[in-house]
Amino acid sequence: MSFEEFLQQLINGVSIGSIYALAALGYTMVYGIIKLINFAHGDILMVGAYVGYACIVVLHMPFLLAMVVAVAVCGLLGVAIEKVAYRPLRHAPRITVLITAIGVSFLLEYVMMALVGAESKAYPDGSFGNGQLSVAGLSINTQQLYVVAVTIIMMIALQYIIKRTKIGKAMRAVSSDADAAQLMGISVDKTISFTFLLGSALAAVAGVMMGAMYTINPLMGMQPGLKAFIAAVFGGIGSIPGAMLGGILLGLIETLVTAVGFSAYKDLAAFVILILVLLIRPCGILGKNVREKV
Amino acid sequence: MFEINGLNVYYGVIHALRDVSLTVSEGEIVTLIGSNGAGKTTTLRAISGITPIKSGEIRFLDKHIEKLKATKIVKMGISHVPEGRRIFPDMSVLENLQMGAYLRRDNAGVQEDLKKVYDRFPILEERKKQMAGTLSGGEQQMLAIGRALMARPKLLLLDEPSMGLSPIFVKQIFEIIKDINKTGTTVMLVEQNARMALSIANRAYILENGVITMSGDAKELADSDEVRKAYLGG
Repeated sequence: MSFEEFLQQLINGVSIGSIYALAALGYTMVYGIIKLINFAHGDILMVGAYVGYACIVVLHMPFLLAMVVAVAVCGLLGVAIEKVAYRPLRHAPRITVLITAIGVSFLLEYVMMALVGAESKAYPDGSFGNGQLSVAGLSINTQQLYVVAVTIIMMIALQYIIKRTKIGKAMRAVSSDADAAQLMGISVDKTISFTFLLGSALAAVAGVMMGAMYTINPLMGMQPGLKAFIAAVFGGIGSIPGAMLGGILLGLIETLVTAVGFSAYKDLAAFVILILVLLIRPCGILGKNVREKV
Repeated sequence: MFEINGLNVYYGVIHALRDVSLTVSEGEIVTLIGSNGAGKTTTLRAISGITPIKSGEIRFLDKHIEKLKATKIVKMGISHVPEGRRIFPDMSVLENLQMGAYLRRDNAGVQEDLKKVYDRFPILEERKKQMAGTLSGGEQQMLAIGRALMARPKLLLLDEPSMGLSPIFVKQIFEIIKDINKTGTTVMLVEQNARMALSIANRAYILENGVITMSGDAKELADSDEVRKAYLGG
């Protein structure tokens, strides 16, 4: 592989990794606050892709506006799912909630299939820019640049919310100790709702970009959902920087394994590396050893 | 100012509190002492709306609060320093203090109280940017108390503030509690360190297996034979 090819693959890897990272953030934030692996998260990404599609094809909205609408719809959907499906099970055993999440996942997939049919659809050509840039002998797809740029903006915005705003600090407080947070007067319910809103909004951004780059179908959320989950565990579930790092690394590993000619084994490679990381650091790259609370 | 009447709490089938009744008057320090597992922490958690109650009433400033959510109770002016401090270890000292003022909208007042907390605990100002988890046990206790004060409470509930602290810090913490009380905050103090608690309290209740067995003036209780045998080591 020449150096140019390597750089090219690096760009590919970072852009697909950005999508994983955006989706992984939702997993990790929800896990951080209610210790639930929200298996319906990938399907929220799928709903986002469809909402974006409908906005562009049916309502003729510009791409960015379509993304904003998808973010709003998915944010509310995430809040509604938490309220209806997970909140009544707040004190139930974890496995009960986990199975409920799998149920919600199927519900979203097959309701969407009933609504729009099972066949794949494609966003109109060029809706997300589809030019080629030549920089120093590298040909870069402008879509990839946009994906990385949008992801960076999202991550900066997320960092700002989590670190600086009152509700973001409340999220961290509830994640770290829900009882103590309640004693501060923080409403745990509202904070959890906001976490779902944020995570689902990021999934919608990922979904619209994926939809524009590939094709969409009602089961499209499963694969990136699983990958994002791996990325979140890889980076250390519950850790926000971990999810970002895990997503990008996973994208890079997959792309580089493909580039050296083992495309059939890219998932295998991703899992082997995940297992190795977890053997050495069971809590993930940036995860913390969990201290059991008494 | 504060009154509990016939409070019953169950954990599953375990009857953790049986008909607990007590009162706290404005300006007092009232202590609830008892051995491990007697129900002291449960009492405070029930007051704060964290542990659900089976029956009984809790009144604060002539209003029923036993059915209110934790948020509302904080808003009414009851702050709770939980057992084991429970500071947020991955947030800075300043952020922890800000969390204490979470429900307040009066920014000027919050700044004023922040200054008061820093005056009371200068070490917290020195370490305001440090992660709270890196503080020593005594400093964490100061932070937990400072965080509760940031809500500008009328009634401060303190759960085992001396737990796990060195004797020097224990003395210091009790001095601080006395001082907080002097500046106008009513205090309800749960302690295993009965000797120290009785020395600063006006009145005391003794809780055994979820039942209040004795109550009265703190000095008198400290002098009574029964209390000395059971809680003060003879």
